[in-house]
Amino acid sequence: MIRLNDVHKAFGSKRVLQGLSLDVARGESCVIIGGSGTGKSVCLKCVLGLVAPDSGLITVDGQDVQSGDRDAFLARFGMLFQGGALFDSLPVWQNVAFRLQRGPQKRPKAEAREIAIEKLRRVGLKPDVADLFPSELSGGMQKRVGLARAIAAEPEIIFFDEPTTGLDPIMSGVINDLIREIVTEMGATALTITHDMRSVRAIADKVAMLHEGVIRWHGPVAEIDTADDPYLRQFVTGAAEGPIAAVR
Amino acid sequence: MSPLLIPFATIGRSTLGMLRVIGQVTIYAGQAVSHILRPPFYPHELLWQLLQIGWLSLPVVGLTALFTGGALALQIFAGGSRFNAEAVVPQIVAIGIVRELGPVLGGLMVAGRVAAAIAAELGTMKVTEQIDALVTLSTNPLKYLTVPRILAATISLPILVAVGDAIGIFGGYLVSTTRLDFNEAAYLRNTVDFLELWDITSGLIKGAVFGFIVAVMGCYHGMNSGRGAQGVGRATTNAVVSASIMILAANYLLTELFFNA
Repeated sequence: MIRLNDVHKAFGSKRVLQGLSLDVARGESCVIIGGSGTGKSVCLKCVLGLVAPDSGLITVDGQDVQSGDRDAFLARFGMLFQGGALFDSLPVWQNVAFRLQRGPQKRPKAEAREIAIEKLRRVGLKPDVADLFPSELSGGMQKRVGLARAIAAEPEIIFFDEPTTGLDPIMSGVINDLIREIVTEMGATALTITHDMRSVRAIADKVAMLHEGVIRWHGPVAEIDTADDPYLRQFVTGAAEGPIAAVR
Repeated sequence: MSPLLIPFATIGRSTLGMLRVIGQVTIYAGQAVSHILRPPFYPHELLWQLLQIGWLSLPVVGLTALFTGGALALQIFAGGSRFNAEAVVPQIVAIGIVRELGPVLGGLMVAGRVAAAIAAELGTMKVTEQIDALVTLSTNPLKYLTVPRILAATISLPILVAVGDAIGIFGGYLVSTTRLDFNEAAYLRNTVDFLELWDITSGLIKGAVFGFIVAVMGCYHGMNSGRGAQGVGRATTNAVVSASIMILAANYLLTELFFNA
């Protein structure tokens, strides 16, 4: 289980997280929604230890994320970054098999390549993509390669940072369906951040609404249309009028 | 604050800012050095950087040395003729190139080519979250990105300096024998007889120090790049400028240490 308890984080005078608390159960797919600049990405980065919170406690299965063996801790995670974050200097298959070519999960080169091609196939890409470089791929293909990299080492926990940003509606639907299928098939715990409501409905078991650095609402995805929280209602309906200021 | 104190406050702020950066660069370089001997090692990355930093810098360093050697011969001949000392051209070209111009110009040319390239590459990796991605893939960016570049530059630059020395002396030889009527054999004999081993070794040591400086400044500014294209552009400029100034400052200190201590 991932537990964030009263997490605070500020950058200079800007207080991004202001006492965020959230529990994500094992095997659950939780989606954090919220407007731009509300701290969704910072929240993910705090869990991964990429950003150190100013105060509060973050644990994964009871272990403080700031202590213990970092490599063993990170080996449990896969992450799909917003822009893909593929390594430009490496061909696609080496991007996907990056973790399988180094460290404790290292495999022989041929085996790593075979796994990479299998993962590429899983996300709907043909084997001939394996030897291309990321710059030769479209945005949607880069997202799929990023997804293949996130699942390559069969992680227990997968983070998705704005998985459909910048994609057309059809490709967004494809990526949403892939994420849902893969998370279900692997039995992984998933934490996704997005402001795309189609993604929320496709991916989430539970939804958490982040606003002004705290979780305003948390509940099953089936309840987002009936919940009476005014912040959630405004976000789900996309209304300009409401408690969330349109200009932030 | 009184208007009279504003200039002092500005100087104070700038000084503190500069000291903070010096401290950060020193800590960064120290951390990188401490990782050189600790596993995991990335030999493939090191070989790739040796190719990028060393091999691909050969043309620019070679051409710089060739033209500098030629120009130096002409200048020494013209200057020496004022007191009938034209004959010392081979010796002064050799010592000038080997002790000073070879390492300094080589270092500056590599700073322009390599520090800029490193800062731009790492800066772009930072703003596109590739460095965060490395961390999530259990790979320490300092080990994977910085250490191979520092090692490659520190190994490559002395070799580039040695090649540059030879080409620079050849440039002087070429101009002296074709334009200034020097005897080929005598020119070479005077050069070889005059140079001492320490002249060459000191230049190579300078090269290694300059290589280290180039890579550290490129990596530091790239890793600490600001957001967007402007941030990467500023990181690139800062890397080249700071590496160049540090090379010139280090050159003075090393010359003082080697030849005047």
